[in-house]
Amino acid sequence: MRAGKPYRVLPGFPLALGYTLVYLSLIVLIPLGAVFLKSATLSWEQFWAVISAPRVLASYRISFGASLLAAAINAVFGLIFAWVLVRYRFPGKRIVDALVDLPFALPTAVAGIALTAIYAGNGWLGQWLEPLGLKVAFTPLGILVALIFIGLPFVVRTVQPVLEDLDAELEEAAASLGADRWQTFQRVLLPVLLPALLTGFALAFARGVGEYGSVIFIAGNVPLVSEITPLLIITKLEQYDYVGATAIAVVMLVVSFILLFLINGLQFWANRSRARI
Amino acid sequence: MSAVVATHWIACAQRFEKNAATREPAWVKRVLIAIALTFFGLFLLLPLMTVFAEALRKGWQVYFAALVEPDALSAIYLTLLVAAISVPLNLVFGVAAAWAIAKFDFRGKQLLTTLIDLPFSVSPVIVGLIFVLLFGMQGWFGPWLMAHDVKIIFAVPGLVLATIFVTFPFVARELIPLMEAQGREEEEAAIVLGASGWQTFWRITLPNIKWGLLYGVILCNARAMGEFGAVSVVSGHIRGRTNTLPLQVEILYNEYQFAAAFAVASLLALLALLTLVVKSLVEWRGRQPSNAGEESQGVPA
Repeated sequence: MRAGKPYRVLPGFPLALGYTLVYLSLIVLIPLGAVFLKSATLSWEQFWAVISAPRVLASYRISFGASLLAAAINAVFGLIFAWVLVRYRFPGKRIVDALVDLPFALPTAVAGIALTAIYAGNGWLGQWLEPLGLKVAFTPLGILVALIFIGLPFVVRTVQPVLEDLDAELEEAAASLGADRWQTFQRVLLPVLLPALLTGFALAFARGVGEYGSVIFIAGNVPLVSEITPLLIITKLEQYDYVGATAIAVVMLVVSFILLFLINGLQFWANRSRARI
Repeated sequence: MSAVVATHWIACAQRFEKNAATREPAWVKRVLIAIALTFFGLFLLLPLMTVFAEALRKGWQVYFAALVEPDALSAIYLTLLVAAISVPLNLVFGVAAAWAIAKFDFRGKQLLTTLIDLPFSVSPVIVGLIFVLLFGMQGWFGPWLMAHDVKIIFAVPGLVLATIFVTFPFVARELIPLMEAQGREEEEAAIVLGASGWQTFWRITLPNIKWGLLYGVILCNARAMGEFGAVSVVSGHIRGRTNTLPLQVEILYNEYQFAAAFAVASLLALLALLTLVVKSLVEWRGRQPSNAGEESQGVPA
């Protein structure tokens, strides 16, 4: 389709690329490099002592654990959600579909105070849940609720287009070979959807690990119990412990970058298996 | 997440519901819809409704009083100011990056695309930390900035920098796939026929990408106005001076002024709803003329 021209017909390449590189370097790359350079002022032992302190370790457990669990829950319900949006008709479907993106558009602080108001002891849901012994607000469960909210659209919006592209023939073939609907889903549809599902899962997880605004209101922020890693960075900053804050930030950045490359790989895989169908 | 998610709803769903091979038993269908709608109500609709219900709990008078309060007005002004600076800068960058990446081949293109996405994977809190390390009192440029009486951290420039970083990829990542899909033949034809580079851009490229561009800008703007974590670190929370709307929400909330906090929050929720409406419109427009051919391909004759 695209003619492989040996010379460039279109103008503006040096300007566009040059501007892109300069802007990218000034805003993103050089500032990010500053964090790594700052952490280099620590010796390895000091660095290790900061990032493996009990309170810090507990915050990793909470941040990564809650994000993982929230992403897993979103993978299940996000898949059902995308399925229902693509395959079924029901009243209000357009509005439901449009509102799936709400967590992308709603500022995190607003989501945070709204969720807290719902699940607090006197809240709409909290007043029913607390007598049952289920405290959500100001506990790790609250963190989970906030991260489910934040992560849902990632799964729905990566799975939905793949489901839409799927032709009926695959399932017709499975049915004509005697498979029931559940077998067809398990053996035919799930393998096709898996790359997109994993991409959505990883995106939701990555977002959850770094999430701050929607979590801090509902979390309670008790050290060792419900204190997330981003909050710990802020706490250290407020105590003027810049080096400590930077060391923890470096750990989070490394994890985020690994996740980013993983997601890129997953997306590549997803696009390839989509093209194959 | 792309602007042109092909949601050819009714045709699609109907096709599957009528086909015996792709149809579930009615009870499975009902259960799945019930699960999805419960999840929707619990996690999306309820929080949204709560914002407005809590904001109006003490009546319209308290609601409007909270919005015209001087601190709230200055937060509105500052939020608009920060967005008015950072969104156009990222818009120009997004167009330049998409032009370079989508219309030309060069080594390292994949890497560049990944690097543009980088800010999405950085926690907002770390974004704030980065700029404190660079421009704060203890930071690298801190002493120099002090000597020259320039304030970046705990001042508007810091808010703008943090916002630009956080919203950096939005326009670019909307435009890159769109412009790649459109190819370069139209622009090449214009150049061959004697149009200048700018003429080609304004008359050919821009009309082709306008809906995607609008969507990218709207998303970028929503995030710029709503950013909390990054801005919170660099703002210093000086009331009436460095408080944006989300920070104002936090302060009011922590002072137990819930009605006022939710009133300010409701402005941001309205902005979010507006964003979603524009998004739906853009998707609808994007499907109309240019994608008509694509759509008919999907439906077997």
